Amino acid sequence: MNQLSATMTRLGGVNLLPLIVALVALALIGAPSIWITLTVAGLAMGMMLFLMASGLSLVFGLMDVLNFGHSAFASLGAFVAATVLAHMSGWLGADSWVLNLGALAIAIAAAVGAGLIGGFLFETVIIRPVYRDHLRQILITMGALIVSEQLIIVVWGGSPLPVARPKILQGAFIWGDVSIENYRIFAVVLGVMVYAGLYVLLNRTRVGLLIRAGVENREMVEALGFRIGRLFIGVFMLGSALAAMGGAMWAGYQQLISPDMGAKMMIVVFIVVIIGGLGSIEGTLLGALLVGLIDNYVGFLLPKAALASNMVLMMVILMWRPNGLRPAAK
Amino acid sequence: MTKLGPGGWSVRLIVLAIGVALLLAPFLFPGVRPIQVAARICVFIVLVASYDLLIGYTGVVSFAHTMFFGLGAYGTAIALSQSDASWGALLIGGALGVLAALVLAVLIGLLSLRVRAIFFAMVTLAVASVALVLASQLSGLTGGEDGLTYSTPDLFSPATPLWHDAAGKTARLFGVRMDGQILAYYLVFFCALLLYLLLLRVTVSPLGTVLKAIRENEARAEALGYRVVAYRTFVFGFTAVMAALAGVLYAIWLQYTGPDTTLSFEIMVDILLMVVIGGMGTMWGAVIGAAALVMAQYYLRDVMQAAAGATAGLPLLPALLNPDRWLLWLGIAFILLVYFFPAGIAGTLTRREARK
Repeated sequence: MNQLSATMTRLGGVNLLPLIVALVALALIGAPSIWITLTVAGLAMGMMLFLMASGLSLVFGLMDVLNFGHSAFASLGAFVAATVLAHMSGWLGADSWVLNLGALAIAIAAAVGAGLIGGFLFETVIIRPVYRDHLRQILITMGALIVSEQLIIVVWGGSPLPVARPKILQGAFIWGDVSIENYRIFAVVLGVMVYAGLYVLLNRTRVGLLIRAGVENREMVEALGFRIGRLFIGVFMLGSALAAMGGAMWAGYQQLISPDMGAKMMIVVFIVVIIGGLGSIEGTLLGALLVGLIDNYVGFLLPKAALASNMVLMMVILMWRPNGLRPAAK
Repeated sequence: MTKLGPGGWSVRLIVLAIGVALLLAPFLFPGVRPIQVAARICVFIVLVASYDLLIGYTGVVSFAHTMFFGLGAYGTAIALSQSDASWGALLIGGALGVLAALVLAVLIGLLSLRVRAIFFAMVTLAVASVALVLASQLSGLTGGEDGLTYSTPDLFSPATPLWHDAAGKTARLFGVRMDGQILAYYLVFFCALLLYLLLLRVTVSPLGTVLKAIRENEARAEALGYRVVAYRTFVFGFTAVMAALAGVLYAIWLQYTGPDTTLSFEIMVDILLMVVIGGMGTMWGAVIGAAALVMAQYYLRDVMQAAAGATAGLPLLPALLNPDRWLLWLGIAFILLVYFFPAGIAGTLTRREARK
């Protein structure tokens, strides 16, 4: 048993979990073509969840602030992107892939911009007065989530909003008897790019060094003369922008969004960060991939249990590792 | 009197006035709507007081309180709608609902109360949302989004006279018909009173002192030899049972149980608001907060309707003042309250008196 666990650790430890899950699912499903379709769907969902959850995890790690209103930014991004896309139907329907992706890029950029501005306002107005007071943080950010959801209803109306997809990302490509939706590939590619970007930012730059140092020991960074407040607002805005980007991607994935999306996504996002461990983007990615894959596999194998699968996953992980799979060192 | 927990005289007088008003509600405010408001206040006092014991006294933030409330209500509702409207079905259903709440609470508590407070809040939120989705998905059992409508034992029916007057009709006392609805109201009132007094008793017992010690300094309480996880789990289970009992009362009173009346996120927000408005960790605050907010809910919408009508020509304002947007204003009020009056009405009044 000890030998086994040593081998596991050498091979990557908990990082292997998504792979193990995928292999178990392959054995249970049997048909490789279906398995590939489901796996790609799970990876795509996981990447979008990663975008939405990473900011929450980083903000908590750096400033010990848990933002229950975080998914409001995903909602905001989704609605902004949907509005932009609705105005650019000419580009979306064009035969040129440059115009197609251009429209999508503008929509995502608009969502990210909205996330940055929203994040700045949220941090200064809502969160700044309640630093270091968990109870009031939970209460106030919860109130902010409700207010933002209601404001979205005021601006965009209460009925679900259809979201257009660019022509090039519609449909699926068939390879043998495997069919894969183009949009999912795009989601995976974008997610990997963002993860790589975040990884480089955190591990190869001076700002990233400061952020990691702040997660490790905030007082020490402050004592060395760095203004951690500014750093924090930057991380908060970045996290909000990522959530808005994830929300925009999610809108295109679902193709129909409603104002209660924020509250619904919040649950999944929480499960992701609890599983992954708060404070590290590696953990968040791990948690997001696990949730995405298991959601898709269970949805296929036992449709009725799909709902509870994430809950069961969270409970099992919490029993095994009460702080999540890969929490930031504290 | 000092044994009955914190609170200045003004707070106690307000609570006493609310209690008397609730006791005499059917006679003081005749009509259909006031008695609905009064019954809702009674049920929410228990719900909010039990939540206060959890969040205000022990410092445990849970978002699953509506789930336990809903378990009690759905247990009663399912038993009454699956079988006849008998006392047996009511008791068995209610007991099963309360038991389910207890078991679930102890499970959640043992699994996740040992982790950090903030994790616990997230876990309860996730569990509660799954419960809400389950209630609307399992439509065969729970009636889905539409909920369940059922009849309670005949004794509670408005058509049942409690006693007859000389002419053989339903007797009247001070002009109020003595029918089953009055009886149902007093059942709700006295059960709520009993549960509230029990909760009040717990807060002034040695147990209450330990809970406050845990809230103030967990590590120190642990070092003094109190098993923090055991205490927290106990309180979580105890308050879950209280919430489920409140759910049973509400199910009997409304003769309807659905996601919107028991399980929804909005109810959880209501409870949070009531605790914060009344004052966390005061117990008296639960009464004040529940009474204030339930009244506001029933009558604020009328005000907003009028305001929306008055501003009909202006841009955006009517949309903001639409009665359906009252949650927006409650949310804003909630944020402002947490900023400026974290002690709530009861806490602020008490502090002001203590300063004199």
